[in-house]
Amino acid sequence: MLMRGRFGAYGGAYVPEILMPALEQLERAFLDAQEDPAFRAELEELLAKYAGRPTPLTRCRNLGSQRARIYLKREDLLHGGAHKTNQVLAQALLARRMGKTRIIAETGAGQHGVATALAGAQFGLETRIYMGAHDVERQQLNVFRMELMGAEVVPVESGSRTLKDAINEALRDWTASFADTHYLLGTVAGPHPFPLMVREYQRVIGREARAQILAEEKRLPDAAIACVGGGSNAMGLFADFVADEEVRLIGCEPAGRGLDGGEHGATLLRGRPGILHGAETYVLQDEDGQISESWSVSAGLDYPAVGPEHAFLKDSGRADYVGVTDQDALEAFALLARSEGIICAFESAHALAHALRLAAEADEQERELVLVVNLSGRGDKDMAQAQKLLGRMK
Amino acid sequence: MSRYERMFERLRARGEGAFGAFVMLGDPDLGTSASILDALVGGGADMLEVGIPFSDPVADGPVIQAAAVRALAGGVRPAHCFALLADFRERHPEMPVGILTYANLVIAQGHDNSHRFYRLAAEAGVDSVLVADVPLFEAAPFLASARAAGVAPVLIAAPNTPPETLAGIASEGAGYTYCVARAGVTGADEEVRFDAPLLKALAALGAPPPVLGFGISKPRHVRLALAAGAAGIISGSAIVRLIADNPSDPAAAVRAFAAEMKAATLPAGAQ
Ligand SMILES: Cc1ncc(COP(=O)(O)O)c(C=O)c1O
Repeated sequence: MLMRGRFGAYGGAYVPEILMPALEQLERAFLDAQEDPAFRAELEELLAKYAGRPTPLTRCRNLGSQRARIYLKREDLLHGGAHKTNQVLAQALLARRMGKTRIIAETGAGQHGVATALAGAQFGLETRIYMGAHDVERQQLNVFRMELMGAEVVPVESGSRTLKDAINEALRDWTASFADTHYLLGTVAGPHPFPLMVREYQRVIGREARAQILAEEKRLPDAAIACVGGGSNAMGLFADFVADEEVRLIGCEPAGRGLDGGEHGATLLRGRPGILHGAETYVLQDEDGQISESWSVSAGLDYPAVGPEHAFLKDSGRADYVGVTDQDALEAFALLARSEGIICAFESAHALAHALRLAAEADEQERELVLVVNLSGRGDKDMAQAQKLLGRMK
Repeated sequence: MSRYERMFERLRARGEGAFGAFVMLGDPDLGTSASILDALVGGGADMLEVGIPFSDPVADGPVIQAAAVRALAGGVRPAHCFALLADFRERHPEMPVGILTYANLVIAQGHDNSHRFYRLAAEAGVDSVLVADVPLFEAAPFLASARAAGVAPVLIAAPNTPPETLAGIASEGAGYTYCVARAGVTGADEEVRFDAPLLKALAALGAPPPVLGFGISKPRHVRLALAAGAAGIISGSAIVRLIADNPSDPAAAVRAFAAEMKAATLPAGAQ
C-alpha cells in the first residue's frame, strides 16, 4: 500500500492476506486516475450528460421560515434516484481502467444496487448485486429495476439478512474473483482505499452546495446536515466544508424505535470502536465483540458499523452526530411531500427531521439560521412501505 | 522448543507430514466439541486448529459459517472456548493447538499494554493464534501482543502474496505458515491445485513450516500437498460437515476421517 489508510486511529485494511493485492491495485489505480486529466474529463462528462449534474440547491418555500432558511441539496434528482450514482460511475470507470470485466456490489435500500446496475449496463460489465433477503422483501421495486438493467440480484440469507450480510457475501465473492472482478463498494466504509476513494468521488455534492449557498446567501451555512448509514452522502456533503470552522457538520443516525432500546442503527452514538468489514471504526456489538443487528425503518441506514472518517470526525469533535427515530423521519417525509411537493427517501428524511427541529428552535429564539440538508435520494423505492406505515399513523 | 517445533521435528524424522484438523468450538455444543477434539487426537491428528465463533466470518464459506451460527445460537462465548481449551490441555499436554478467529473478537477482550486475548489464550495452553482478517499490513500490534504472551502468531501466505510481504510473513510469523492453496473462502473442494512456487519461496526465506489449508478434504489432496513440499495440511470444512451430518455420533465420524487422512501423510512405503 502507498498510504496507511487511516483517519486518526480509524480505518486501515483488515482483510484476509489474499485480498491485499486487490486493494493495492485499486489504491494505485485510484491515485493514478486522480492525476489523469482524461479520466477526470470523462467522469465529469458522464456526471453532466448522463447523470444530470449539477443538482439544484432548492430553498424550501413552506418549511422553515424567513428567518430559519432550509436549503435542500437535490441528490434525489440525480439519475438513479440517489447520490450513489456519483461514485458508482467513477468506480465503474476505474474498473474498466483496471481491465476488470465484472463488477459486484452489496446493497441495502437497493439504491446502490440500482446505481451499480446502471453503470454495468452503461459499460457492458457483468453485474451481480448481493442484497439481504430481508431488504429484498422490503425493496421489491428496486430489485426489479436492477434486474431490468441486466444485473443479477442474489438474496443473502445469512445473519440478519440485511446490508451487513450482503457486504460479507460480496467480500467472500471478491476473495475468489478479484482477478477479473471489481468490488464496487457503496459507501465510505470497508478497507482502505474505499473510505478515501468514495469520499473523493462524493465530494462533488459539497463542492456544488458550497458554491450554490454562497451565491444564494452570500455566506456559508450555519450547518450542513446529512443522514449517516455507511456515511457516503454525509462525507460527500461535509468534505468541502470541513475547513470552514464556522459551519457545523451534523450527521443523523437512525434511532429506529429509540436509542435506549436495542432497535436502532446509531453506531456512533451507541457503538464502540471495533473492526468490521475491513476497517477499524465504531461498531454496534456485544461485550465479546459479536456484531449486533441494527434496526431502521430505512434499509439504507440499517448498518451496525460506519465509515471510519466519521469515527474520526466524532472523536475530534469536528462533526456532531444525533439520533432521529423512525417516527420523526416518517413525519418529516410526509411533511416534505405535503409542504414542498417533494417525496424523498426515508434515509434523507432523517436529515430533514433534524433540520426541522433546529429551524423551529431558531425561530422560537428569533435567531437567523441557514441550513443545507442533503436530500440524498428520492422516495419512489419507499412508496409501498410508506403507504403501509402512514396509513397506520393516521 | 515449542510444541509445534517438537511435532514437526518428530514427523520429519519419520518422513511424515502433519495432519491438522480444524473444528469450530461449541459446534454442536461445548460438551460434544470436547469429545470431538479427543476423537481427532485419537484418530491421529498431529495438530489442532480451532475456531472461536464470530458473527461475521468473511473468510469462511457456507459450511464453517453454519458451524459458527450453530455455536453462537447455543450461547457459546470466547470465555467458554478458553475454558474448554484449558481442560483439553490437561488431557493432552503435547498436542499443538492453534486458535483461528477474527480481529473484532481479539480487540473486544481489551488492551492494556497488549491485547488481553493473547494472554487468555496462553493461560488456556494455546500455542498459536491466527486472525483471519489481519494481514501483515495491520499485524504489528497483534504480533507484539502475541510475543508478549508467548503465543505464536501464525500468518497467512497466498499464491498472489508479493515477495516483500512474503519476506515479512517469513520473519514475523511463528509456529507454522498457513498457506492458502487457492483464492476464495474456506470450503471442501473436489479438486485442489498446489502452488509449489509459493512453498519454494517460503522455504528459501526460512519461513516457519508451510501448512496448506482451504479446500483439502481427501487423502488424495494430502498426498499432493506433501509432494508439492508442504510440511502438513489442515482440513476444516470436510470435518465440520461430518459433524453436521452425523448428529448421533460425530466423534466416531471424525475419528475415522482423521485416521484416513493421517494415513495419507505417511511415507509411501508405510501407507
Ligand atoms: C437515499 C439514500 N440515502 C442515504 C443512504 C445511506 O448511505 P450513506 O450513509 O452511505 O450515504 C442510502 C443507502 O442506501 C440511500 O439510498
